[in-house]
Amino acid sequence: MTVKKVMGTKSPQLSVVQNLRRFGNQEDGILYSALGTFILLQFALVLSGLWSQWAWPSIAAGFLFLVVGCERVGRVVPFHLQNAYEKSLAFGFPLVLLLMWEIAGNTGLVNPLWFPQPSRIAKSLWDLSVNFDRFSGTSLLGRPWLVADYYRKDGGTGVYALLSESHVLATLTRVLAGFCIGAIPGILLGVVMGVNRTVRLMLDTTLSAIYVLPKIAIFPIVMLMFSDPFGEGPKIVVVALSVFILMTINTMVGVRNIDSVYLMAGKNYGATRLQMMRHVILPGAMPVIFAGLRIALGTAMIVIISVEFLRAKQGVGFMTFYYWEVLVPEKMYAGLVVVMILGVLLNMVLEWLQRRAMPWKPETAAEQSN
Amino acid sequence: MNDHRLQPKISVRNVSKIYPTAVGAHLAVDDFSLDVADSEFVCIVGPSGCGKSTVLRMMAGLEKISSGSIDIRAGNVPGKPLNNVVFQEYAIFPWKTVIENVAFGLEMRGFALKVREDAAKYWLDRVGLTKFAHHYPHQLSGGMKQRVSIIRAIVNDPEVLLMDEPLGALDAQTRVLLQEELLRIWGETKKTVVYITHSLDECVLLGDRVVLMSAQPGRILATYDINLERPRSIDTMNSPRFAEYRAEIWENLREEVVRSMELQA
Repeated sequence: MTVKKVMGTKSPQLSVVQNLRRFGNQEDGILYSALGTFILLQFALVLSGLWSQWAWPSIAAGFLFLVVGCERVGRVVPFHLQNAYEKSLAFGFPLVLLLMWEIAGNTGLVNPLWFPQPSRIAKSLWDLSVNFDRFSGTSLLGRPWLVADYYRKDGGTGVYALLSESHVLATLTRVLAGFCIGAIPGILLGVVMGVNRTVRLMLDTTLSAIYVLPKIAIFPIVMLMFSDPFGEGPKIVVVALSVFILMTINTMVGVRNIDSVYLMAGKNYGATRLQMMRHVILPGAMPVIFAGLRIALGTAMIVIISVEFLRAKQGVGFMTFYYWEVLVPEKMYAGLVVVMILGVLLNMVLEWLQRRAMPWKPETAAEQSN
Repeated sequence: MNDHRLQPKISVRNVSKIYPTAVGAHLAVDDFSLDVADSEFVCIVGPSGCGKSTVLRMMAGLEKISSGSIDIRAGNVPGKPLNNVVFQEYAIFPWKTVIENVAFGLEMRGFALKVREDAAKYWLDRVGLTKFAHHYPHQLSGGMKQRVSIIRAIVNDPEVLLMDEPLGALDAQTRVLLQEELLRIWGETKKTVVYITHSLDECVLLGDRVVLMSAQPGRILATYDINLERPRSIDTMNSPRFAEYRAEIWENLREEVVRSMELQA
């Protein structure tokens, strides 16, 4: 009886909205008073000279207020500015982090020996790029601005000698050579395993067993196989092997996941085995193959950097490790930055290839099956 | 010549399909026999899971026959494919453009690019898809995709057209449009068609003959000759004769649907 009365007299939906609004106002009040208190507290800390002791809690609280503040701003951003808002968050926040790192290093909040300021990392990256290291006979990029001079002096051999002093080119060559040597046979074997049950059953267990092995663990064995264990051969082969295993398994899965209706259609319209491969199986598996190539690229980078830590006289990994041995941390960080740039660039190349190879691509492999 | 025409285009003799399962052999299709004449449009209708798609795939050679035989009589033109299937899930290749999809059969048979494209363009024009020739399938609606799938089979000019619930995945309005289009295309080409559907309206509207199948195992329950004059259109569905046929078939189908629902529960 009472329930009926309440429902009859007042619209319950309206009261919910009103409650929400009241709650929202309440929330705002709490937020603003908390923010005011926080700012006053900060001033007090700075004036009393106690701020540095309370730096970390202050930064944590400041971060929280930043998140809440941006969230608030995000609610009122008009539609045509949404994109700019998202961009400024995505790129602005990393910039804020770098700036804070810089300040923290300058004020001694963090030890600049372990965490050198971004400006110093950038400067050492510049130094590495333009200078030649006489001791190890290497440079980061291979001094491309001297190419013309060397060509005039010694022709092609001169240019080769110049470029072969480059850390970046050494790492790139190893990664690309290993990647191609591994990926192409991997894709071919993967297709065979996807199509042929017998081959799949025979190899699947072995491949899965090798797959779980950390790829770097086979490096000593690969070194054992080469007459020059410290040369380029083992480095390229260990990259190739890890890419090969990954690509075989991925391609096989890609081929197996092709919707059987496409295989039936191919067969019904009279495709021969070869035509089937070219028109149905390869394009059908393409999305998964490219997903595999992305993962394989990441693995290849991990493997080559670790190998260069272990055994190399050149390469970005070697360079990073070398500056650990001589304790120049900002150059170690510069090495990491170079690895990051390399990874991003190679990924862009793959994306470009993917757009060329799969012009039909909507967004994901899932959309393949209508 | 006369004698020749009396021979069936498709003759299905005592065909059975047995699937081995973990709990023993499962009889999916039992003793299925059917003759289809030249230029005849035969619809097979039945409750879901009655094995009608299996029958069609066996006709297409996409599934093995456990016993019995299926023959499709070759025509006078050498190199002409015996059958082509229009699949329910369209099965047009997402990685080929519309025109490449339509010309796929001709490409597999080794025709020159010019010939393929001309043939494909003619039919794209007939179904109003010329503008979309160089689009990829993901840019098309369901109805357009199925049009592409249908003319992919027509362009290839097979002896027999096998259609496996081609309109099953479409919404009601698009379905009606495509039924009209099918009637028009069939009127032009007079292909021999075996058409699987679970829609009563569709089988009475399209077929010269309707074969009703029962479920588990799939058997022929009855066949009905549909003597509605051609050319037919959607208006045919308003005629009293249409309603009579529909009611007659439904009487039998109803029992089967109920039984098959009980079996599946």
